[in-house]
Amino acid sequence: MPGFVVKAERDQLVKDRMGALGEKITGITQEADMLCVHVKKDALHDLLRTLRDELGFGFLTTCCGMHFPGEAQDFGLVYHLHNMRQGHRIRVKCRTTLNDLEFQTATDLWPAANWMEREAWDFFGIKFKGHPNLKRILNMEDFPAFPLRKDYPLEDPTRRDKDDKMFGR
Amino acid sequence: MKEREKPDFWQKDLVQGRDLRELTTLNLGPTHPATHGIFQNVLTLDGEIILDTEQTIGYIHRAFEKIAERRPFYQITTLTDRMNYCSAPINNMGWHMTVEKLLGIELPKRVEYMRVIIMELARISDHVICNTIIGQDAGATTPFLYVYQWRERIYEVYEEICGARLTTNMGRIGGWERNFSDIVWKKIRAIVKEMPAGLKEFEKMLVRNRIFMDRTIDCGPLPADRALAYGFTGPNLRACGVDYDVRVADPYCSYQDFNFIVPIGQNGDTYDRFMVREQEMWESLSIIQQAMDKLDAMSDKTTFRADVPEWLLPPKEEVYNEMEALIWHFKIVMGETDIPVGEVYHCVEGGNGELGFYLVSDGGRTPFRLHLRRPCFIYYQAFPEMIKGGMLSDAILTMSSLNVIAGELDA
Repeated sequence: MPGFVVKAERDQLVKDRMGALGEKITGITQEADMLCVHVKKDALHDLLRTLRDELGFGFLTTCCGMHFPGEAQDFGLVYHLHNMRQGHRIRVKCRTTLNDLEFQTATDLWPAANWMEREAWDFFGIKFKGHPNLKRILNMEDFPAFPLRKDYPLEDPTRRDKDDKMFGR
Repeated sequence: MKEREKPDFWQKDLVQGRDLRELTTLNLGPTHPATHGIFQNVLTLDGEIILDTEQTIGYIHRAFEKIAERRPFYQITTLTDRMNYCSAPINNMGWHMTVEKLLGIELPKRVEYMRVIIMELARISDHVICNTIIGQDAGATTPFLYVYQWRERIYEVYEEICGARLTTNMGRIGGWERNFSDIVWKKIRAIVKEMPAGLKEFEKMLVRNRIFMDRTIDCGPLPADRALAYGFTGPNLRACGVDYDVRVADPYCSYQDFNFIVPIGQNGDTYDRFMVREQEMWESLSIIQQAMDKLDAMSDKTTFRADVPEWLLPPKEEVYNEMEALIWHFKIVMGETDIPVGEVYHCVEGGNGELGFYLVSDGGRTPFRLHLRRPCFIYYQAFPEMIKGGMLSDAILTMSSLNVIAGELDA
């Protein structure tokens, strides 16, 4: 695959450090140019702290929610972290289920996580324990649903002229 | 800032500990001419000094991430226009490059240099808007009206390339829709030649202007460590003294072929933000010049797309006359070409900072999930910290120097 650089040496450093964490890490994968660390939900906050303090990933690029309907662990959270000094980025993924949607907040590590987590709450209904002001951010406050979940229809479901047979996903 | 802080013994009733200050609540926005966009700030003021603010955003939220889950890749370009509409081509190119990364498309150098030229023009127009509005909010209307003609000239280039001015939908996945016409090159050359004189005049008006300096120095400062913690990127981060620029840190689109300086500031105040943007305009002009020189040195004057018929629509006359082109056209429009399964994150240096696209594809004709990292959305949350203890009029200036674009903020 052309067009991007894989920073294998830096990736190896992360892999080595993750090995010491044992079974809290459920997997490490390479996704295009980026290394991705899969972590168990209860170890997520510790992992983020380790990455920030020990491996130099001091910059939180994004944090966003995910929804995978029909899978055993149907909700997820994806972080992109950036080590600016070394020019190295990684992705951290954490999966959970609909019944267990409360994560530990990352606002104590990065103030930038504040609105990102509010966005995840607003669109996916993912809660964050310890968040200072967890309320909807882009949608109106009495909005009745979590719109980025896959079961929320994009089009008005009462309309008959929009037919998904030809032009849907 | 320090000298404005008053001792607080007169503010408190010493016996009962009550707050003796008469605090005012002021609604700044949602629609206020000085916020240049639709967002609300509920300010708590003691006299004219800001104690706290509560931000409300989302007034022009259009659910791009949701809409994108129902659109084929080439239709999402039009959504990206509407994020930072002051530099729409950068958003377009960022999106094309994200998809190209997923698909593994490599572009010819000529196409990449053409993209660089357009992205740098867009950066100039973005910075022109931001900097002249800083002048406007500080009370200098002349630069706003005068320097805007350069933005107009740049928009004319867009118009020649794609027919639109603001929401450009420019370029395609895998290259450009057509080669640039001679008029485009003529207009770009004229901008590179004539803009420095205009920019110099603009700088004469403001850069060493005593009134402007007194007004902007120490206005809305933020130290570098706080800026990093708040996820600042782009000119606002560089004004704090951190030399992070995506074009240098993660070169994309052949930016490694160009020589340019990443200007940085020191205090992260409004003046530094202004100056960083000002310097960046000069650097952008130089990059455009370098790209034109490189293109002139190439013998190839016709390549404007990679050879990816399964992704990039063939020219219309071929669709009408050739069987194969018609088939490709049909397959692309109906979304019948195979899309690989994968996840990519790609970022470009937008007008306001790191504009990132996190694209998850499950092989369907539309993205499974698209998350947009909008720089505005992330750094605007630092606004209360930046304006606390300052004057209301400083808050206005701080906001305009952050260049918060409502479309990008709310997506």
